[in-house]
Amino acid sequence: MSFLTPLEIEAIRLSLLVSIWAVVGSLPFGIGCAWLLARVNFPGKVLFDGLIHLPLVLPPVVVGYVLLVTLGRRGPVGAWLYEWLGITLAFNWKGAAIASAVIAFPLLVRATRLSIEAVDPGLEQASRTLGYGPIKTFFHVTLPLMMPGLLAGIVLSFARSLSEFGATITFVSSIPGETRTLPLALYALTQVPDGEDAAFHLCVISVVLALGALISADLLAKWMARRA
Amino acid sequence: MLDLDIGKIQGDFHLDVTFSANGGVTALFGPSGSGKTSVAQMVAGLSKPDRGRIEIAGRVLYDAAKGINLPPEKRGLGYVFQEGRLFPHLSVRKNLQYGQKTAPIGPFDDVVAMLGIEALLDRFPKTLSGGEKQRVAIGRALLADPRILIMDEPLAALDESRKAEVLPYLIKLVNRSSIPILYVSHSMDEVIALADTLVLLEQGRQVAVGSVEDLLARPDLRPLTGRLDAGAVITATIARHDDEHTSTWLDFSGGRLVIGYTPIAVGETVRLRVQAKDVSISLDPPPQRISIRNVIQATIIAIAPAETNLVDVTLNSNGTVLWSQISRQSVAELGLVPGLSVWAMVKAVTLGRDFIG
Repeated sequence: MSFLTPLEIEAIRLSLLVSIWAVVGSLPFGIGCAWLLARVNFPGKVLFDGLIHLPLVLPPVVVGYVLLVTLGRRGPVGAWLYEWLGITLAFNWKGAAIASAVIAFPLLVRATRLSIEAVDPGLEQASRTLGYGPIKTFFHVTLPLMMPGLLAGIVLSFARSLSEFGATITFVSSIPGETRTLPLALYALTQVPDGEDAAFHLCVISVVLALGALISADLLAKWMARRA
Repeated sequence: MLDLDIGKIQGDFHLDVTFSANGGVTALFGPSGSGKTSVAQMVAGLSKPDRGRIEIAGRVLYDAAKGINLPPEKRGLGYVFQEGRLFPHLSVRKNLQYGQKTAPIGPFDDVVAMLGIEALLDRFPKTLSGGEKQRVAIGRALLADPRILIMDEPLAALDESRKAEVLPYLIKLVNRSSIPILYVSHSMDEVIALADTLVLLEQGRQVAVGSVEDLLARPDLRPLTGRLDAGAVITATIARHDDEHTSTWLDFSGGRLVIGYTPIAVGETVRLRVQAKDVSISLDPPPQRISIRNVIQATIIAIAPAETNLVDVTLNSNGTVLWSQISRQSVAELGLVPGLSVWAMVKAVTLGRDFIG
């Protein structure tokens, strides 16, 4: 691995850590919200839908700032978390994961919702008549059938997390080894003299990472389609 | 076994149904929009009535007054949907095992054998024909050990040849099943072939409830019971087939009948329809040399005027009711009166073939 500097390895490690946690952590909520939107009618659904999609249209800096104000050590939620659970989110990698998760959330929900809507509710009814309750039915029928769409949502939100910049730098700043993910490291390099070569190196790494994620998702989807 | 008294108002549609189904097959019959599928779904808990009560074998599934409404998974029933609804991500075997307990007609292998789906077990639903899918769907519902089996137009989505493929399996099932079956259909052929009790529905209203034989014998229900001409329904057992597979003999209470070869196993019970216009009456015993193969001894029960010059003669052949439609003149010339013993001559070709498949 002589062609990767320790700094680059650190940035890649952080990016993967942050993105994986962003996706894994937001997945249950994403599926839950998608299910609500796809299968349940409730008052205020339009507003709920709008709120979920807000990070898609807001400048990421706004999202980062809102996170800083609410989840920061002195924010209402952040203070509570610190006092009762001893958790700090501001200026560390966990905060970066949350920023990425919030930004990528609409993409996850959108793809997941479409995949749930593609599952015939009649099959869920059939499962219910065969003695499976709603939760068992979800795990035995709905989830396996929505897998290809869900996978697309996961890859999309993972890729979006990898590329997250604005919300992250606003919420958790750019601390080497703690919150300086690939895009942030790249930005830092463009701000120093003679950083072009290293920046170009990081560009290539970003492309390889993103492409790798997309191709492996495609292969996985093909493998699942063959199995079904 | 099934006691039901439910009502629902949906826009202009008022559903109001009250009946009991005791063992055997109860057919919910009516034109589309009559509410028969709604009733089946309410029994299964897939939709909710506004008022009333549903009880199966003493167990309350729904009671509006007491606020009881069991979810579908707690109702312990099997439901065969019109479109099969097999799980596409599971093999036939996994579909069958999905809700498996012990089936009312025996363990897994027995159910699979009865439905003739042994060769399909490792395939996936998308590779099956419509008829195969329905047979698997029936097996899946049976293996969940239901207290009642609901079939919602299980043949309606199939073409004629597929229907003919599945119907013999349904007849077998009906004859072996120890649980009541609620059979939703808009096809009188299927009802005659399968059902014991008939619930006639029209625009959400229950028009009549009774045995298939009785209701089909009622002239006032003819507009609803359908396109078939007046006739009687006979329950018979397959007695034997000839070696060349050209004829099948059947036993019924009034004696023995012969029809064209019908591929149903010996011992199975079937229902046949004898149209009134195909039954002639003779006062003398049948001549030895005659082309008509089915001659049955019977007693005249009633004589009623039918269309213009025709008369409906109701006959009883040792417990089985037959109808004969003959001319007014014949009645007068032969001196037919209720109580008279006669010979009913039935043309073999008119017996049941087309709806048994």
